[in-house]
Amino acid sequence: MTDALFRRLADTDRKRVVIVVDGEPVEALAGDTLLTALLTTGHHLRDSEFGDGPRAGFCLMGACQDCWINLEAGGRVRACSTFVSDGLRVRRPKSTS
Amino acid sequence: MTGPRVLIVGAGPAGSRAAAVLAAAGLRPVVVDEAPRSGGQVYRRPPRDCHRPAKDLYGFEAAKALDLHRAFDGLGEAVDYRPETLVWNVHDGEACTRHSDGTLERIPYDAALLATGAMDRIIPFPGWTTPGVYTLGAAQIAYKYQGCAIGSCVALLGTGPLLYLVAYQYATHGAEVAVVLDTARLSDGVRALPDLLWGGATFAKGLYYRSWLALHGIPLRNGVTPIGVDGEDRVRALRYRDSRGREHHLACDALAFGYSLRSETQLADLLGCAFEFDPLGYQWRPRADGDGRASIKSVYLAGDGAGISGADAADRRGELAALALLADHGQAVDTRRVARLRRELARLQRFRRGLETAFPFPRRLAEGLGDDVLLCRCESIKAGEFRAQAHGLGAAEVNRAKAFSRVGMGRCQGRVCHTAAAEVLAEQLGCEAAAVGRLRGQAPIKPLPIPGQGS
Repeated sequence: MTDALFRRLADTDRKRVVIVVDGEPVEALAGDTLLTALLTTGHHLRDSEFGDGPRAGFCLMGACQDCWINLEAGGRVRACSTFVSDGLRVRRPKSTS
Repeated sequence: MTGPRVLIVGAGPAGSRAAAVLAAAGLRPVVVDEAPRSGGQVYRRPPRDCHRPAKDLYGFEAAKALDLHRAFDGLGEAVDYRPETLVWNVHDGEACTRHSDGTLERIPYDAALLATGAMDRIIPFPGWTTPGVYTLGAAQIAYKYQGCAIGSCVALLGTGPLLYLVAYQYATHGAEVAVVLDTARLSDGVRALPDLLWGGATFAKGLYYRSWLALHGIPLRNGVTPIGVDGEDRVRALRYRDSRGREHHLACDALAFGYSLRSETQLADLLGCAFEFDPLGYQWRPRADGDGRASIKSVYLAGDGAGISGADAADRRGELAALALLADHGQAVDTRRVARLRRELARLQRFRRGLETAFPFPRRLAEGLGDDVLLCRCESIKAGEFRAQAHGLGAAEVNRAKAFSRVGMGRCQGRVCHTAAAEVLAEQLGCEAAAVGRLRGQAPIKPLPIPGQGS
């Protein structure tokens, strides 16, 4: 993943954490949300299930429900309110249409 | 047990302050909050791995934020604090909660104090679901909570105090702010001046942010109309019309926008509280008396969830509602303190009137929403589809329109689309937005994973 959306401004001296996104290792920092981890290394979280393009979250406060992503272990989480942990494996939902 | 069992929902300024008052009275309230740490959105705290000083996070409000955090943390065992927990339903003296680890619980209570806060108020525009477009609140959370800017070259759009605060926070912490676009006209601000002066130091800070931005060469534009963002997979540019009608094309890779705030009222709704349309805030709110008593016995409302009034008012409304609760349960309260809080709130209300005049809700943007623009981002429904469904099937209010069109039926339950959908429907029916009603709350108020299907 290249071409990150978010830019880190502060608190960059945190412990490194590696998560796995769509099978690829992605480096993050302890205390990052999944949303931060994915958007400081890429520029989307999921495809809209209605085929109208990629999405990257919207409100970041758990209200808009735009940032749900899949856990490889099963289930879905809101990327804005779920913290990274070493080895966590997630998948970005793909459009079905 | 000596006193009533009290449930507080929300640990922002209103909920935190209310908790402190009730704890001091020996009640040990249960405080349920979705965030991992108290503070709400305005004084949101970063995760414990981060170590920025409060001044970096809250600027001029650092002392207030620290005071609130310390006051709440200091309560310790005097409150039954449940962080990372969602109240997803509430009825008949019982709240249903879910912890982020999946634990489900039922919490019985005798009195509930709702301090559920607010989110940004949204009006869609072409391209608003493109990656890189966020709410103003989101832009601020990205910084405060995660130490990030939402992009490398950020445009800010909308109206309200948050627009300038975010611009100032971003610019002073190393983010590039390309432009600040306010839909309000400068003349709105001039008209609001007599009321704004009641804001005192808060008003002065607002003026300071604007002046700082201007002095540092950040373009500030008033009276603008957004046209849309360009970019397929991410934001490449913003197009807008200035106050004289000229079109501008501005390269940027992120945009944050919002038109003041919108109360989170779902729990008050589930409890059956009466609602009223607040003409000043131009939105529905659960009805409360001056001290925060709802229309339902033993329900108290405080903070932005009970009508937008800002952090300073939320703090006082939380204290006042807690004192009202204590008085209603036969406890002696300091009447001079109550009188003082009421006076302070009256002053803050004058300031609020000034803010609403200076930053009016730009309903023209919602009324004029193009048929091709997505109105509902959850279910990808265009404004034109909504108009056709609502008109064709004869919806006279928003809940019928929702049933016909699915606008408001998605995962956000109308939090994002409701404001604009009501305006579109009202315009179609030739009436005021207040006349088309408000979407009813439904439990669960946020999506819940089904147990047994993973976390």
